[in-house]
Amino acid sequence: MKLTRRYRFSASHRLDTPALTAAENQKLYGKCNNPFGHGHDYTLDVTVEGAVDATGQITDRRALDAVVDEKILQRYDHRNLSKDVADLNGMVATTENLAWAIRAALLEEWPLRARLSRVRISETARNIFELEA
Amino acid sequence: MLLTRRAEFSASHVCANPSLSDSENAAIYGMAANPNGHGHNYVVEVSIEGEPDSVTGMVFDLRELKEILNAQVVDPMDHRFLNREVPPFDKVVPTTENVAQEIWRRLAPAIDRPNVRLKNVRLYETADLYVDCDGDA
Repeated sequence: MKLTRRYRFSASHRLDTPALTAAENQKLYGKCNNPFGHGHDYTLDVTVEGAVDATGQITDRRALDAVVDEKILQRYDHRNLSKDVADLNGMVATTENLAWAIRAALLEEWPLRARLSRVRISETARNIFELEA
Repeated sequence: MLLTRRAEFSASHVCANPSLSDSENAAIYGMAANPNGHGHNYVVEVSIEGEPDSVTGMVFDLRELKEILNAQVVDPMDHRFLNREVPPFDKVVPTTENVAQEIWRRLAPAIDRPNVRLKNVRLYETADLYVDCDGDA
């Protein structure tokens, strides 16, 4: 059985890669290359999978919330993803890379009995990215 | 092909094991252990797997599915106190997981037939928490 919990964080970023020239970055990323950056209200759906235990739960909700709060929300919320978040160091802060960084951060010393199954991130209601864990 | 139908019911519950003390239950379930109960607007999404019938063009008759959902889930659970009025939750703690499993147990026999089977029960307790049950614990 799987349990999915939704979290939210708001952050800014700028899409720009040093592998390309300024003109190439502008052409590739368009508005997302604005030098001053811009931001989104992200939603993060974290899915865990496991057997139901004697309490009738796959996982304690507060324990899951604490893991996501410590590993992600406290470090990503109201930050500039391109400047402030070490997990993304060297990577363009696309939502694809963000999903990868969040999965890696969650998996590192994952403390819960239920295993991490999936992360799903929406940058806006129209752009959604999923990674199996 | 996968067909999904949604239904809603509102119900109250207490997440507490009767064999434990109030303080032990509060330590496990937090605010959800309040002995007087609290409520949710549950949303259940039932997914059925099959191929469209060669004559009707349908995987499952949606009118029949609606009647099954009403008879097995919505009518017995809507505007009820799950622990007191809806077996087995007098004995089984009505966590989201256990309610989803009970919905699966109620629906599978009514839905499963040759070449058609219940594939998933997704139960939202709130917009920010849901479980997926595929019949396994």
